[in-house]
Amino acid sequence: MHDTPSETRRVRLSCEEADILLDNLAAHYRLFAPVRLPGRGRFSDQDAIRYAEVHTVHEIEHARRSHFSPKEILFPVSQTLFYLMDDALQEPQDDPRDMLVFLRACDIHGIARLDDIFLNNGPEPEPYYARRRARIKLALLECRHSLDEHCFCVAMGTNRTDAYAMAVRCDEGQLLVEVRDDDLRPALPASAAPADFTPEFPTADPQPVVVPDADRLQSAIRDHGFFAHPMWADYAKRCIACGRCNTHCMTCSCFTAYDIAYTEQPNAGERRRVWASCHIDRFTDMAGGHAFRDENGSRMRFKTMHKIHDFYQRFGRHMCVGCGRCDASCPEYISFATCISAISRVLEER
Amino acid sequence: MSTDLNTKLIMRNAYRITSDRRHTCLRVRVPGGHLEARHLSLIQHIADTYGNGTVHITTRQGFEIPGIPYEMIPEVNRALAPLLEALEVAIGVPLDDTTQGYPAAGTRNVAACIGNRVCPFANNDTTALAQRIEATIFPNHYHVKVAVTGCPNDCIKAHLQDFGIIGQAAVEIDAARCIGCEACVTNCRKRVTGALELQNMIAVRDAQRCIGCGECVLKCPTGAWSRNPHKFFRMVILGRTGKKNPRLAATFLEWAAEPVILAVLRNVYKFIDEHIDRSLPKEHLGYIVDRIGYPAFRDALLDGVALNPQARVAERLDFHGYWHTADGIMQW
Repeated sequence: MHDTPSETRRVRLSCEEADILLDNLAAHYRLFAPVRLPGRGRFSDQDAIRYAEVHTVHEIEHARRSHFSPKEILFPVSQTLFYLMDDALQEPQDDPRDMLVFLRACDIHGIARLDDIFLNNGPEPEPYYARRRARIKLALLECRHSLDEHCFCVAMGTNRTDAYAMAVRCDEGQLLVEVRDDDLRPALPASAAPADFTPEFPTADPQPVVVPDADRLQSAIRDHGFFAHPMWADYAKRCIACGRCNTHCMTCSCFTAYDIAYTEQPNAGERRRVWASCHIDRFTDMAGGHAFRDENGSRMRFKTMHKIHDFYQRFGRHMCVGCGRCDASCPEYISFATCISAISRVLEER
Repeated sequence: MSTDLNTKLIMRNAYRITSDRRHTCLRVRVPGGHLEARHLSLIQHIADTYGNGTVHITTRQGFEIPGIPYEMIPEVNRALAPLLEALEVAIGVPLDDTTQGYPAAGTRNVAACIGNRVCPFANNDTTALAQRIEATIFPNHYHVKVAVTGCPNDCIKAHLQDFGIIGQAAVEIDAARCIGCEACVTNCRKRVTGALELQNMIAVRDAQRCIGCGECVLKCPTGAWSRNPHKFFRMVILGRTGKKNPRLAATFLEWAAEPVILAVLRNVYKFIDEHIDRSLPKEHLGYIVDRIGYPAFRDALLDGVALNPQARVAERLDFHGYWHTADGIMQW
């Protein structure tokens, strides 16, 4: 990303050439992209779309949003931090290869949010994240338009990015590629035809989403009892606290850790770190059986405030990147985008 | 002059002998219980033109069109032809002449719950499977009732059929995605069979208890649980209502693949043909098996059937029906 525009190469590749590009890249990088897993969706005979390692272009699901976000490449659902054997402790070998991840503009912004939390939120960067983060390059999967009705990246200001090493557009069986990174450029096949391609970005959300002004929101919380607003009581009746909005979210980054002893060898075991989330039971459990947010409406409020207020107060930008995965995954049809627009209306009416 | 009829032939043509001496009632099959709405206009046309302008929706997901004069049967059969083409021939049912009406009525319409085209719980496309079953066993004169349901909720009441087919999901966990939240464990304990528990913070399935309902897949927030894309089925058999000994069906097969289900259903008819009591006007399959015994029935059903490796066959059938006896009724 330090190169000047003159060094950027823009080409059009046939399917065969595109696979040569991936082959060449695979010599140095593990390639991750959204793929379709037939029949593995939540409902029978429906596919799951998830991030996985790919080797050919046709494996990449370029038309639809992945159900789970690419955050799991940097921040795995479950990760063994170390193994224990009597008094000895050993860290697992992380795969030492570099990675190239194909992802959307909103998700590239999402990685910047994860950086804020894991790298910039305390005196020390979080080492497990930092280790993987240092090995990742980003390949933009172009969205010329919103992928579907759930997108609201334009409202969140995450529709555009230049923080990518390369960009691709799937165009009628061909691949348009822009390569900006010095390390990636040699991977282009020699036969690649020059093309006039720079990625385009969505300029309008399918439905307008109004993001509340964070400072007005702060005053509403501090001075006007916004947490007691009846809208949260409504979510208390609707939300079932299943946690899907959190687990599908690109920027939710809470975790917990536990130690286990192996059943057949109790003097050996491991410490695992796993995703945790504010909608799932036990997130706020404390000694003595106390819990701060037993009611589902207060969990919804907590998450919402974190996404569009608290994070902003600390880092100067909203945590939510408008990828729409929370809305797409909610079994109760609770729309986060509708929620934050409703908050904006409440602030206007005050 | 009085009406002179061969009632046996009338009934085999899917017309009923009714409580009204002059009028019959046509029984229209809808395999899988799902049809394109455009066919309803033909059903309406027949009811308005030949019947009394009403239609009865049957428990087996067919339509009965009452009030048809017996002499109109040939004309009704000709009017019915497009329906037979669309609902039977199109799904592979071998009918030689669709202008003659239904060639049999003994094997009843294969019913199905709404399945995964609509229902999130269903583990398969029940309508499509019901149609493949229809193409396998119809037309046939022996009285056999089959229904297909997408999950053990059994909304189609497969447990009241001679053969009930229940969709099973072979669920698999990706342990690397399990966060130990227990959403699946709690749900399975409270609403299903308690087949799941956490072992070292990861959900583990007890294959002896799991009935393949797929609820864990629905509840899992991280997508750790998913269905193996191969479809499996539990087959429950010999359920019945009726006057003598009503009972729910008992499990005969578990984790059977579709070819097994179809082969078993194909084998039923030979067994009936060999063992039915022809001194009775009709003997239901369940009562035949009551006389002959389960082991012989099992062997007949599985004759020549290549079981898939996952399939399990019941050692015995435990029915929990009742016999209606006056002794059981309090006398006032």
